[in-house]
Order: sequence, then C-alpha cells, then structure tokens
Amino acid sequence: MSNLVIAEHDNQNLKASTLNTITAASKIGGDIHVLVVGSNCQAVAQAAAAVAGVTKVHVADNEAYAHQLAENTAQLVAALAPAYSHLLAPATPAGKNLMPRVAALLDVNQLTDIMAVVSPDTFKRPIYAGNAIATVQSSDKIKVMSVRITAFDAAGAGGSAAIEAVNEVFTADKTKFIGEEVAKSDRPELTSAKIVVSGGRGVGSADNFKIIYTLADKLGAAVGASRAAVDAGFVPNDMQVGQTGKVVAPQLYIAVGISGAIQHLAGMKDSKVIVAINKDPEAPIFQVADYGLVADLFTAVPEMTGKL
Amino acid sequence: MKILVAVKRVIDYSVKVRVKADNSNVDLTNVKMSLNPFCEIAVEEALRLREAGKATEIVVVSIGPKAAQDQIRTALAMGADRGIFIDVGDTELNSLSIAKLLAKVVQDEQPGLVLLGKQAIDSDNNQTGQMLAALCNYPQATFASKVLIEGDSTTVTREIDGGLQTLQLTLPAVVTADLRLNEPRYVKLPDIMKAKKKPLAVTSPAEMGVNVANTITLVRVDAPAERSAGIKVESIDALIDALKNKAKVI
Ligand SMILES: Cc1cc2nc3c(=O)[nH]c(=O)nc-3n(C[C@H](O)[C@H](O)[C@H](O)COP(=O)(O)OP(=O)(O)OC[C@H]3O[C@@H](n4cnc5c(N)ncnc54)[C@H](O)[C@@H]3O)c2cc1C
Ligand SMILES: Nc1ncnc2c1ncn2[C@@H]1O[C@H](COP(=O)(O)O)[C@@H](O)[C@H]1O
Repeated sequence: MSNLVIAEHDNQNLKASTLNTITAASKIGGDIHVLVVGSNCQAVAQAAAAVAGVTKVHVADNEAYAHQLAENTAQLVAALAPAYSHLLAPATPAGKNLMPRVAALLDVNQLTDIMAVVSPDTFKRPIYAGNAIATVQSSDKIKVMSVRITAFDAAGAGGSAAIEAVNEVFTADKTKFIGEEVAKSDRPELTSAKIVVSGGRGVGSADNFKIIYTLADKLGAAVGASRAAVDAGFVPNDMQVGQTGKVVAPQLYIAVGISGAIQHLAGMKDSKVIVAINKDPEAPIFQVADYGLVADLFTAVPEMTGKL
Repeated sequence: MKILVAVKRVIDYSVKVRVKADNSNVDLTNVKMSLNPFCEIAVEEALRLREAGKATEIVVVSIGPKAAQDQIRTALAMGADRGIFIDVGDTELNSLSIAKLLAKVVQDEQPGLVLLGKQAIDSDNNQTGQMLAALCNYPQATFASKVLIEGDSTTVTREIDGGLQTLQLTLPAVVTADLRLNEPRYVKLPDIMKAKKKPLAVTSPAEMGVNVANTITLVRVDAPAERSAGIKVESIDALIDALKNKAKVI
C-alpha cells in the first residue's frame, strides 16, 4: 500500500487540514507521500517533509499551479497516481473541488468525507446530513477520497522526508483566475479551534454579531454561523457550519440564537460539549445541548463575556 | 445557447431519515421526496440566464427510478423547456456512472453550459459535476454563488475556504450551484398543468450504450452515536460554573 496525500496550502503555509489527512493515511497503512502543487511553495514542501510519518514530498512548483486550479492540478495528480493505491485530500472546498476530477480521469469512483478507515478498502462516511453512517467498500484499483478532518487527529512533527521536484507542467487553458477575496482573521481557524461560538438568525444583524465576536475573543474561540445568518449577510459564507458548510468538532461549541435544524446539527454534533443559548425553550438545539440556557441572547451573551 | 441542468430526486430536506432495523440502508418507505435543493437552485439559475437573454433553451436531465420523472416535471413547471429521463430502476448508481451518463447527454445535446447542484443531500457526495467536467474535458467552477455569461465565457464567483474566488471559464463549462446563488421561484399551479405537456424523452443506459457498473458497495448503514440528553441551566453563573468545573472546557 502507498498513500499520496494532496497538501492543502496557500503557497506559504501548510494548512492544518493536511495533518489530519496524513493521520487518515497512516490508518490505511503503507508509505505516506505528500504532493505539494503550487507556485513558490518550497516552504510548504519543507513543512510537509517535517511531518511525522511522511517519507517523501513531491513538489510541483510552477507559475501554472499558482492558483491550484482543479483542471491542471487533477491532470498532475492523475499522472502521479499509478504509483499509489490511495489518494487522499482534506474534505474542504479545495479537496472536494479537486478529488472527484482526479477520480474521473483515472476512471475510478471517489469517496467523499471518510470519517473512519475500517480496512484499506472499506471506510465509513456520513450520509443524509450525518443522520446515517455508511460503511462502504471500494473495488477500484486506486482509491481516491476526501477526508473529514475533524474525525482524525493532526499528525505531529518529527519527520525528515526527502523532497523531490515534479517537473511535469500542465496548464489550464480554459480557466482564467480573476481574483480572490479572502478575509484575514486573527481568530483561530474554525475547523481546528478548541472553542467555537456560533451565531444564528436570532443575532439579528451584522452589527449585532459584535457581541458574538467579543465573547469568542474572550474565550480564544473561532466564530461560526448558521446558514440563515450567512444568507442574511450577517457574516461571510465561509463561516457557515453544517451539512453543506464546515464541519467542526471542538471541545466546546456555543450556539447562540440558532434553532438547531438537522443541516446545522450535521456540522457540529460531534463537538465534545455543546451549549445552546436560545429564548425558545422548544428549540431543537436543546435536544443535543449538554447545557441549555433559555434566555435572550442580547442580555445573556454580554453577561457571559463580562463574567469570564 | 442551450443550458443542460442535471437534477436528482432525493429525500425532502425537512425529513430526518432513520436507519432500517437490518442496517442494510436507510428507510425511505413513505418518506417525502423532492427535487434536491441545490438542483432547484441550478434550474433557477438557468431560468434567470434565459430571462437575461443569455440562453435560449433549457434541458433538464434526471437519472433514477420512474418516480424521478416527478422532479423533471417540477423543473419543467419552474420553466425549463424539455426533459430527459434516464431510467435505471431502483439501483443507486455510483457518481462515476452518473457522470458517464451525463457526459453522453452532453455529447448528444452539445449545451454551452451545464449546471448541477454542488451536492445531493442524500449521499452528500459533492462529486458529480467535477467528474462530468473531467470526462468532457470542460473547465469547472464548483460552489458557485454568482454566474455571469459574456460572449463565449462565463465568469463565476465561488465559495471557497476563507471567502470568494472568481474564475473565468471558456464555454462550454460545468458549474455547480451553491446555496447563495439565488432563491428559487415558487411553482404556480397553472405552470404545473403546462409542464405536463412539455416534452420528456425516456431512455436507459443500455439504449445510450453506457456501461454503468458500480465499484463502491454499501456494506452496512448505522445510526450515528446519539448524544445523551443534557440539562438546562438557570443562569450564566451556573453555565460558567458547569463549563469550568464539571465539563472543564474553559
Ligand atoms: C440544502 C440545504 C442546506 C443547508 N445547509 C445548512 C448548513 O450547512 N448550515 C446551516 O446552519 N443550515 C443549513 N441549512 C438551513 C437550515 O435548514 C436552517 O434553515 C438554518 O440552520 C436555520 O438557521 P438559524 O437556526 O440561525 O435560524 P432559525 O431557524 O430562524 O432560528 C433562529 C433561532 O434564534 C432564536 N432567537 C431569536 N431571537 C433570539 C434572542 N433574542 N435570544 C435568543 N434566541 C433568539 C429563535 O428562538 C430561533 O430558535 C440548509 C438548508 C438546506 C435546504
Ligand atoms: N441521479 C442523478 N440524476 C441527475 N443528476 C444527478 C444525479 N445524481 C447527481 N446529480 C447531479 O449532481 C449534483 C451533485 O450530486 P452528488 O455529486 O451526488 O452530490 C446534483 O445536485 C445533481 O445536479
């Protein structure tokens, strides 16, 4: 068995999601190689080489890969694939954009969001918004998958893998990168934070969201949101937690003014401790909350911030 | 320009499924079925592009059991022009087979743009559009929150980690719809009547000459671990105390 993990990065830093994916690969067994595709991304390759368990890092460093477009990245991954039994990437927007394209080029299926490795060909993955867990077996010669990062611990440091350049260059002639609006935040990353404070429609406005940020900062927490809060424009789209947003599993999840629709629960119900603050005692969120407080959030949240 | 939209019949988003007692699958008997919400958004986007003069014909395609024709009819009632139904009976096909069938439809229909949902809310796969794009060697823009058509290209804003990305793709291209792309219109009763008269072609993988073998088998399905019921606390003081001293998470 041999695993190729596709690194997630921004050409400078290796994203933590890659470390969880490396752990998933270690559960499969066999060699673990990492592929870094980017431009001026040598620092990322070095970071990947220093991860425990990694024995080789391939780095495809070329201007053509600057934006890691699916079209040419998939061709590159498919070209390297025959040497591997398993290809893995984090189940983040980047990984989900790429891996199915790779699989189709290889004429194999793809598994999305694997949350457990039963054996090298059998995996568990959530379906129906996490209301069922499927055990699936693949007979494909190369298994291509995306990995639910909250289901695997981050791999540690201590590796000293060899770094090898990949010189093959594919171009994406029909796709032009126009621009990116990426918000910079000093807060912890949502998917790896120990504490997450999320606000919903009940928060009422973008302005009101300040009380959520203030509480989060007091706790050193990341900030998340329900779909309703994103749709209403209170917060940016990448803060959405749920079936079709981000999946989080922090030590502590505080849901403020969120009703607890199944699509929201799908993204947070594996949190260790769940707190719900909602003025409606019948809100479904209380059915999954370890600690529920029936209260108006506009008094409860500032009070909590003040008393911490 | 012709737009092809792929739509899937799935469990209604408001239903919470249960796992069958024999763990063979989830229980879908007497469960409300609907058009996958992301597919509904894809259909709506096609309609808006036609209304903006960017498209002339909208074709919807669905692969599934006979009953999936209901979802094609829904899309026709929303305003699509004609439907293609690929009958596969009750077998749940893997995405690669779905993508191969769709690729054959693309080959026959030659649309300028193919719209899909980003994800089916039953399998939660999020993969068919990407596979279809690979099979057709088309550029792809997944998780779209904005789609503009200018001449022979489309400019798409995508929801990515950290924010938004904008790509320009040369048509023909594959675009998958995210939640913020639009809000689908309601279907009116007269439109449902009208939709019954719109053309709906029926075909099958065999007729299309597409091999649809599954390589992923469902071994079993389990219910997720249930959370044990928690408690209600009376005050912020009690909450902070519990988090500090009992749960020890702050
Ligand atoms: C295809 C699809 C995908 C979806 N994906 C997601 C997803 O990924 N993530 C997601 O979150 N949702 C998702 N949804 C939407 C989901 O179904 C719900 O609509 C959404 O989660 C509701 O958000 P909410 O709880 O903030 O709003 P609401 O359901 O409106 O709840 C607001 C809550 O705030 C409380 N409240 C109001 N004022 C106060 C106050 N002053 N003090 C205290 N409490 C107050 C109310 O009692 C209520 O419980 C999806 C839906 C579909 C159809
Ligand atoms: N059986 C099907 N028939 C038609 N379109 C489908 C089918 N399955 C998936 N799709 C399309 O692919 C999208 C993504 O589905 P999935 O990759 O299964 O999550 C859906 O929103 C549909 O647009």
